[in-house]
Amino acid sequence: MPSAAPNATTSDLGLVTAIRSGDQGAMAALYDRYSSIVYSVSLRVLQDTGAAEDVLQDIFMQLWRNPGAFDASRGNMAAWLAVIARHRAIDALRRRRPENDIEDVIVSVEPDLASEADRSRTMDKVRGALQTMPSLQRSALEMAYFEGLTHSEIAEKTGEPLGTIKTRIRTGLTSLRRVLAA
Amino acid sequence: MSVHEQFAEDLALYALGSLDGAERQTLETHLAGCASCRRELELLCGDLSLLSLTTAGPKPPARARQRLMSAIANEPRLPVAVPASERRQRSWWPALGWVAVTSLALVCVGLLRQNSTLQQDVASLRRQFTDQGSKLEQANEVVATMLDPEAQKIELVAAGNKPQPRGKAIYQRRNRNLIFFASNLPPLPAEKIYELWLFPANGGAPIAAGLFKPDARGSATVVNPPLPEGVAAKNFVVTVEPESGSHESPRGTAVIVGLGE
Repeated sequence: MPSAAPNATTSDLGLVTAIRSGDQGAMAALYDRYSSIVYSVSLRVLQDTGAAEDVLQDIFMQLWRNPGAFDASRGNMAAWLAVIARHRAIDALRRRRPENDIEDVIVSVEPDLASEADRSRTMDKVRGALQTMPSLQRSALEMAYFEGLTHSEIAEKTGEPLGTIKTRIRTGLTSLRRVLAA
Repeated sequence: MSVHEQFAEDLALYALGSLDGAERQTLETHLAGCASCRRELELLCGDLSLLSLTTAGPKPPARARQRLMSAIANEPRLPVAVPASERRQRSWWPALGWVAVTSLALVCVGLLRQNSTLQQDVASLRRQFTDQGSKLEQANEVVATMLDPEAQKIELVAAGNKPQPRGKAIYQRRNRNLIFFASNLPPLPAEKIYELWLFPANGGAPIAAGLFKPDARGSATVVNPPLPEGVAAKNFVVTVEPESGSHESPRGTAVIVGLGE
């Protein structure tokens, strides 16, 4: 009996399995589910809608060509795509060749991000954590994550000592985890 | 086991990709033999991925979806890749794990790690080179076909009274290159698909030249379908065919037909 057409309730793994069989409808469903995450991360990094669209296209085409790159053991699909989007966007920002193969990206995430509601709940938590951080701490974390700057570059940009930048980033991440675990 | 405190700050920077130079090398040497720090690194990467969710809001424009769906409709499937979990683990941490337990010497670990990294770099560069070479070759063929004065350029128009559906085939017999563009095609009924046919100039049987489904606007492109060598085209025709079953000869209704040269 033929399998049902993919829809909004089909699991990520179900969609990936269908994509491996060349199911374009499954690809469309996966795109509808996660394109906004990939696009918004790319746009945040690149600050350019055209460049962000190119990263979006590149990532989903890679997934179409090699859907086996993702499986459940690699972590949550939303987080996995977000990390790849960030990598690709920073590569584009720095006009360099991709430094990470999508098959080598493993992300371990505690919150379940499968549904829009799950993602929205986690997003509120993370935004809350960032808002409660001291501004310099949040700024250091965002410069490293969204601008792809090394700690040396952040120190140079802000005029702060290297050790201070390191501590701010680590403390920021510790605060983030504490909020997520609560 | 707990994370080694002296590496805690560097682990955070490493997860961000912000650690470089000697500090990076020192940490990587340590990671090769420390499972608890490797686990902490995975967790840090997970935490960081959640930062991405704070960017949620902007939606990609509709044209981005059309661009993707058009691209995948026109791209022949490569052999299906085996899922990463079914292959031998590619990550080099587990591969080096057993080295650590032998506790022979950190020097050995460092050398093995360096060797593994270099091998991965070489493999990665080879993949990129092959991929880009293939894309360049395909692009050259497309440009050569479009610019070749000997290429047949055949305009296709609607077979019925409605003139909206249109198609254009650019065919280069010598290199078996064919580029076909269609527009304003009507939506397909369920379990049907469009098929492009090459009608040989020698009166031979029609040759299947690609199955395709148009995008939401009725546009589609077929690029270089598999074709036999040296066949001169008399005409091209697009028919509606059953999605499954044999495609050895046209059985369905013609939607657009060529005018010939």
